[in-house]
Amino acid sequence: MIGMSEPLLDIDELSVAFTQGDVTSTAVDRISFDIKKGETVALVGESGSGKSVSALSILKLLPYPAASHPSGKIKFMGKDMLSLSGDELRKVRGNDVTMIFQEPMTSLNPLHTIEKQITEVLSLHKGMSGTAARNRVIELLQQVGIRDPEKRLGAFPHQMSGGQRQRVMIAMALANEPRLLIADEPTTALDVTVQAQILELLAKLQKEKGLSMLFITHDLGIVRRISDRCCVMQKGKIVEQGKTEDIFAAPEHAYTKHLLSAEPKGKPTPTDGDAPTILEAQDMKVWFPIKKGLLRKTVDHVKAVDGISLKLRQGQTLGIVGESGSGKTTLGLALTRLISSQGSISFVGKDIHDYSFKRMRGLRDQMQVVFQDPYGSLSPRMSVSEIVGEGLSIHRSDLTQSERDELVVHALAETGLDPETRHRYPHEFSGGQRQRIAIARAIVLEPKFIMLDEPTSALDMSVQAQVVDLLRDLQQKRGLAYMFISHDLKVVRALANEVIVMRNGTVVEQGSSDAIFETPETDYTKALMAAAFDIRTTKSELVEP
Amino acid sequence: MSVDNPAKHDQTLKRPWLSPLNQRRLQNFKANRRGFWSLWIFLILFVLSLFAEFIANDRPIIVSFKGEIYTPIWNAYPEETFLEDGFLPEADYRFPEIQEAFETHGWAIWPPIRYSFQTVNNEVPEPVPTKPSWLYDKETRCSQYPLGAEDPGCVLGNWNWFGTDDQGRDVLARSIYGFRISVLFGLILTAASAVIGVSAGAVQGYFGGLLDLLFQRFIEIWSAMPVLYLLLIIAAVLAPGFWTLLGILLLFSWVGFVSVVRAEFLRARNFEYVNAARALGVNNRTIMIRHLLPNAMVATLTFLPFILNGSITTLTSLDFLGFGLPPGSPSLGELLKQGQNNLQAPWLGFAGFFVVSLMLSLLIFIGEATRDAFDPRKAFG
Repeated sequence: MIGMSEPLLDIDELSVAFTQGDVTSTAVDRISFDIKKGETVALVGESGSGKSVSALSILKLLPYPAASHPSGKIKFMGKDMLSLSGDELRKVRGNDVTMIFQEPMTSLNPLHTIEKQITEVLSLHKGMSGTAARNRVIELLQQVGIRDPEKRLGAFPHQMSGGQRQRVMIAMALANEPRLLIADEPTTALDVTVQAQILELLAKLQKEKGLSMLFITHDLGIVRRISDRCCVMQKGKIVEQGKTEDIFAAPEHAYTKHLLSAEPKGKPTPTDGDAPTILEAQDMKVWFPIKKGLLRKTVDHVKAVDGISLKLRQGQTLGIVGESGSGKTTLGLALTRLISSQGSISFVGKDIHDYSFKRMRGLRDQMQVVFQDPYGSLSPRMSVSEIVGEGLSIHRSDLTQSERDELVVHALAETGLDPETRHRYPHEFSGGQRQRIAIARAIVLEPKFIMLDEPTSALDMSVQAQVVDLLRDLQQKRGLAYMFISHDLKVVRALANEVIVMRNGTVVEQGSSDAIFETPETDYTKALMAAAFDIRTTKSELVEP
Repeated sequence: MSVDNPAKHDQTLKRPWLSPLNQRRLQNFKANRRGFWSLWIFLILFVLSLFAEFIANDRPIIVSFKGEIYTPIWNAYPEETFLEDGFLPEADYRFPEIQEAFETHGWAIWPPIRYSFQTVNNEVPEPVPTKPSWLYDKETRCSQYPLGAEDPGCVLGNWNWFGTDDQGRDVLARSIYGFRISVLFGLILTAASAVIGVSAGAVQGYFGGLLDLLFQRFIEIWSAMPVLYLLLIIAAVLAPGFWTLLGILLLFSWVGFVSVVRAEFLRARNFEYVNAARALGVNNRTIMIRHLLPNAMVATLTFLPFILNGSITTLTSLDFLGFGLPPGSPSLGELLKQGQNNLQAPWLGFAGFFVVSLMLSLLIFIGEATRDAFDPRKAFG
């Protein structure tokens, strides 16, 4: 048996290399760490640092033989995992070591009920079936906080919310009472309030069952909240490891310091209350009809945005926060007239709510949009200068080729990109650089108003901070009005003067940023703040998301 | 950053003429050796066949007669130009007396094969269809010429390399012209169907909704029509010719592209960069052409060689059935038909089979290489 001092999992000098064609690239470079019984170790790093690959190699879940281990040992309970045969490995997987993945929608089979999926794990390793298995499933679902588990046994994954699905995943992972639980970004796809609940649940279960946990995340807040020790990874190497408190208190490695200082900081640009109004909306509504029956009669509406009024002045930032499905993006698209809506919108003094798409075209240069996904929002077939210059060719057709090029160069330089790279294609740039290109595309037209739809969510933490600083600089220099849509309250606090908290298409709370962040009034806003800044749930919230 | 001197980076950084993605595709295409060589062989054969008049013709390319230069290949000259007692409105250059006149008063450069697709060889040694000339000895081969083996007309250029068909026409000449007409027919039909099909699919996919619904129902009805019977009926009413056949087949062949392109447009119209273009105020037509069409082009280009092959096969089979090109046209289908009717003359069938299978195989190999080149797993890997 394993004593308390002896580590449950011991990884020694592990490397992972991927071979494609003639090219071999090292994803993980000689990392060593161990996990003791009952301990939570966090692997933290930005995207591409090799955290997930390290975790997957513990169970040998990488695509072999394209992946290989040039060096290293993985010892789990004294056995060398890398030399185990397929059969022996299968006994460990899902039994002694289990995993939870990031995306609960795709890790559950959409065609099977949750009872069937949990029972499968039980029957595979424990040979359980019938009533015994059913009782165990109910017990597990109860443990992970699903109410009325008897009634939910026949539910399919699509009938559950994201948080519930992740709970089911946890139930599956716990079904065989594993010794080690590997959680690979288990809360990244979830809303902040749900994330707080899931983390609380994991911490509770871990304490009760004496589990060891390997927790992979890019979010330092989570690391501090949940782990005993943590390993900071950068470019396939562990650059620093130790007790979580120690690392947060006194980081030694430059990269760790960089990560810790990377949270979006700073204060929003102070605004002038008498500045001219750029955008004003009264009683905005976006209702999608639900049609039923043979004649497709409209029986009801999905009220994506329901009666929202707002006002935005020059040089000001309006933050729209809310969880997924609250209608933030729909509101943004409606205000920029990319989808149709009811209610009045006035933009720079013109009533644009009944403008046709064609008539809007004349105003598009003053009203720009930056989208969430910098990978999706740039056409992969156009070079950077074509992408940035596209708007100019429509709105500034008086310019010659070289004048246009000059404006593109200026815009790129202003967003902190090297204009020399403008003939390259988007795939050669990193996420942060791409988002800068998208911002350059917006500002090159010298707009008055930019709608920013989660512009930082797809980026790593340290890049987020840079993009926020860039946006603030541009705002000061050009007197831009921003509408900043985000679920990330930290970013919003760093940019917004005014905040609207949305839930189910309606306004929960609206007011100045200081007031909302310092003294939130409604329970929902309080819960949101607690979840976002402290990763804790509040009393007011229900057990189940 | 040298922002104030944009002229400088223009010199140092030229945009490559192919985007990196297309360069990788070209690499992938070349990596498929079979397809790459097929493309070259096909291109050479096709370009040669475009100049078929210079390769197989019953008139000389250029003639010097009594100090003057004539170009019978482009111009028609009355027979009296070369013969005093000539009466034909156009000279028959295969006529021995004209050839003698050229010999005495100048010279003539003949194409390597002295038959066009409809020239009847009157000097065949046996009743038609006759075997390829290289299967006869010299005596037999020249037996029908006035002077026998000594006759100046019995030269290599008058050989029937693939024999003659049942009307005494040279099979090789007919194959060359047949290849050209088949490929041209296929190319024009494919290009025209692609233009119509891609535009229809693009409009449907981009606008969606009611337009898409109605168009899809129309296409379902349209493609349920029995094409072959319709062709037979139309062929009975209209005199079938190259363009008529093309028009009739075009009525139905564009449908194949619609589903592919429509699906791509439906998928891609909600891409963020398309939304971004809308937010920039780009008009629908430009969005469709600049942002969406390249997405659909991959599927379309992959599809193209197979449509091309299908078009050629359709033409050949219609010819085989006798509903294709008008009688006398150099058609491979008709050649195959002759092979079927004259089993004692296997060279007819062999020649037809050889040309058709070579052409289709080359095109399929090229198609495979194109598919490899555009395979996203390889191109982006």
